[in-house]
Amino acid sequence: MNPSTPHIGLFIPCYVDQFYPNVAIATLELLEKLGCKVSYPLEQTCCGQPMANAGYERDTVGTSRHFLEVFGGFDYIVAPSGSCVLHVKEHFPPIPSMEKTQSEVHNRIFELTEFVTDILKINRMEGTFPHRVGYHASCHGQRGLRLASSSEMHISPFNKAKKLLENLEGLEWVELSRTDECCGFGGTFSVTEEALSIQMGKDRLEDHQEKQVEILTGGDMSCIMHLQGIASRQGSPMKFMHVAEILNQAIQ
Amino acid sequence: MSHPQAAAEFLKDQAKAKWHDETLWFVRDKRDRISKTIPEWEDLRNLASEIKDHTLSRLDFYLEEFEKNALKNGIQVHWAKDAEEHNRIVLGILQKKDCKAIVKSKSILTEECHLNPYLEKNGVEVVDTDLGERIVQFLHQPPSHIVLPAIHLKKGEISELFHEKLHTEKGNEDPTYLTQAARIHLREKFLQARVAITGVNFGVAETGEFVVCTNEGNADMGVHLAHVHIACMGIEKLIPRRSDLGVFLRLLARSATGQPVTNYNSHFRSPSPGKEIHVILVDNGRTAQLAREKFRNSLKCIRCGACMNTCPIYRRSGGYSYGSTVPGPIGSILSPGLDMKKHSTLPFASTLCGSCSDVCPVKINIHEQLYEWRQEITKTHGELGKSLSMKVASGIFKSPLAYKISGSLMRSALKNLPKSLIYHPINSWGKGRNLPETPELSFKEWYKRNRS
Amino acid sequence: MSSREAILNSIRGIHRDLKPLPDVPSFGIKSDLVKDFTTSLIGNKAEVMDSSAFEFWLKSSGMNRVFSAIPEYKSYSTVTLPKDPHDLENLELAILEGQFGVAENGAIWLDDNQLPHRAMPFITEHLVLIVPKGHLVENMHQAYQKIGKDHAGFGLFIAGPSKTADIEQSLVIGAHGAKSLRVVLV
Repeated sequence: MNPSTPHIGLFIPCYVDQFYPNVAIATLELLEKLGCKVSYPLEQTCCGQPMANAGYERDTVGTSRHFLEVFGGFDYIVAPSGSCVLHVKEHFPPIPSMEKTQSEVHNRIFELTEFVTDILKINRMEGTFPHRVGYHASCHGQRGLRLASSSEMHISPFNKAKKLLENLEGLEWVELSRTDECCGFGGTFSVTEEALSIQMGKDRLEDHQEKQVEILTGGDMSCIMHLQGIASRQGSPMKFMHVAEILNQAIQ
Repeated sequence: MSHPQAAAEFLKDQAKAKWHDETLWFVRDKRDRISKTIPEWEDLRNLASEIKDHTLSRLDFYLEEFEKNALKNGIQVHWAKDAEEHNRIVLGILQKKDCKAIVKSKSILTEECHLNPYLEKNGVEVVDTDLGERIVQFLHQPPSHIVLPAIHLKKGEISELFHEKLHTEKGNEDPTYLTQAARIHLREKFLQARVAITGVNFGVAETGEFVVCTNEGNADMGVHLAHVHIACMGIEKLIPRRSDLGVFLRLLARSATGQPVTNYNSHFRSPSPGKEIHVILVDNGRTAQLAREKFRNSLKCIRCGACMNTCPIYRRSGGYSYGSTVPGPIGSILSPGLDMKKHSTLPFASTLCGSCSDVCPVKINIHEQLYEWRQEITKTHGELGKSLSMKVASGIFKSPLAYKISGSLMRSALKNLPKSLIYHPINSWGKGRNLPETPELSFKEWYKRNRS
Repeated sequence: MSSREAILNSIRGIHRDLKPLPDVPSFGIKSDLVKDFTTSLIGNKAEVMDSSAFEFWLKSSGMNRVFSAIPEYKSYSTVTLPKDPHDLENLELAILEGQFGVAENGAIWLDDNQLPHRAMPFITEHLVLIVPKGHLVENMHQAYQKIGKDHAGFGLFIAGPSKTADIEQSLVIGAHGAKSLRVVLV
């Protein structure tokens, strides 16, 4: 590998590390297949989002400082999660004496699909994935990082994940009735507003089920964990995969 | 009742909850479609936002300007610090005119001030003339939505109500028939009222005029037949120039109901000869909100209700679940400023999905303010347990070793605990959802074996 | 201290940076004004017709209590203008002039100069507005340029008949005001 190849720090959200190692492996392998030099710093922990969204951003100074110390030296930081990336960018409290690192990390951290399309400048993936796929746009990726145009706004439509998936041979992209409605996960919302959370999840699933989606995919495992949890309780045969898993499998 | 309890209650009637969601989604969809027929839609949102930002940055100047011009036009201007003073001013005008019955068109401000019960206690009959508001008034309920006050009711319920109150045919649920009955009933009230109250959509500083928008024509029916028109206006309703109305009238109805403009848009500048117009400028917490820098721009709201129609929570929990005068996302950032303790669960009644901010015609960063309110609320009203568990979690994530131990403990616990415990009803996650299967290795463990 | 002073003082006491007031462009795109205006009005549940169709309708309408503020149609007036607008209670048809119309939304501007009583377009059962074809603008920005600094005590945009959707979102025409709006383009 060319020594000038940028060095990517792989940021794996804590729950992905613990529950979805295959998503992390797929992300790593995919980036490697695309010619990237990737390292996973072993000292990483959680970005602090659950605390901050629950109203305790002020208690995340230590967590944020740790994150900056771990990832500060990389050329890019990439994560298979729009939500955690958004948190690092928008909701880290100001960390005293690390202002420079903080602003560098803010500009160098990317969600996986936006890294591939915007930094690696790959707009088309060659590969095969003969399945009927429904895409769940996670809100933090969609409206927070603007990974796709939101249906509320009058702007030219775009979707970075779709760009990477739509050319895979055999992949049928399913258009939903409500293209970007929230699934109801919402972190602690999923337990503090349990009834609403479940209802929203059921409604979101129904949209995919009505359109005979075979595999539901998305860029955030948190939303998928919630939707899969409901589907599995229903005994639904629907399968769930992270976008990284589809891409990594498709471009063998 | 907290928001989660009220929402769970609302969702018990699954069929009605689904209907509520779909009806409001239909309104949002209409809004989406019409907004996309305007090429400059996003420019208009930017302009509206900037005009309101500017106005708030010079609010004292524009208030004086508005007052000066309104007085010049023969409008009487009153100032009210709070709801109580507002209500007293209204009653004072009524008493001077020896008036015992009034008609009132839609005004969220008078709801916020609880004007109706105050006037009724003082012997004044108040008739809300907007059809939806009249319906909820008959039921002694507040509006459940700021634009669609009776959206929580099915026509069968309204038919029953009208049968009792207006003696319509039993079982006749035809909306045209029911509306006609209300027309006849309210026309009599319009013809008798000597004082009419309206809200204000926009106050124009440079001309001293104010604008009231309706589709039914009820505001105008009231004020043009009455001798006295009282307009109740929050101080944030100001805009600098008449030409700014072009921006706001293009956005308001399209955002609210997906129609190109409301059917009646009345500009009041001077009373008819021999008649009176009073404007009451009301603070009631607005200057306090102006002083909160992070929440200041919530005062840009033009009350279109688009954030309610788009909100996946509002659509599935109904307006009453919020327990505040203004429900939905915008209500959840306004209400804590009025009473943080009472409304402490509202900023948490959100997934922070951000749809409200993208739909807002004046670009209020609603979901970011929800996040900021959470930070404020936990400072003073954090439940101890929640606060403590967050501190523990924070301690874990600060230290890689502690994180590693707790992570593998968590995984082995999930694997070995009996299902009955994980899915115990008190475990909110497991009530309606299965947990993910627990893998043998965490990614970190895999990475150490395979890459380092 | 009066409430006025209290409110103004508390605002003055809040540190705020002055934010600029933007200029509002007029955003016009060349369009077929008559066609767009007509389409908008029909969308708002109004009817649009020319003067001969209108006269034909008027003759056959069977309306007994008619008031026209427009000289051309004075002969159809059966009601003399009362002093008190309450006496318009049974008015069936009012024929008024609109100053100009807005193509993007069908709104028609009238002010005190066109209104014998401010209540008239509301209390009448049916409303007719006569609008000259040459008096159309594209959008609301141009509309306010046209209104300019005019000083009328009352002015309004009417865009359709009185309507409501407060019962289960079902559209019903004829809530409190005029049950129909006919716009005659001349």
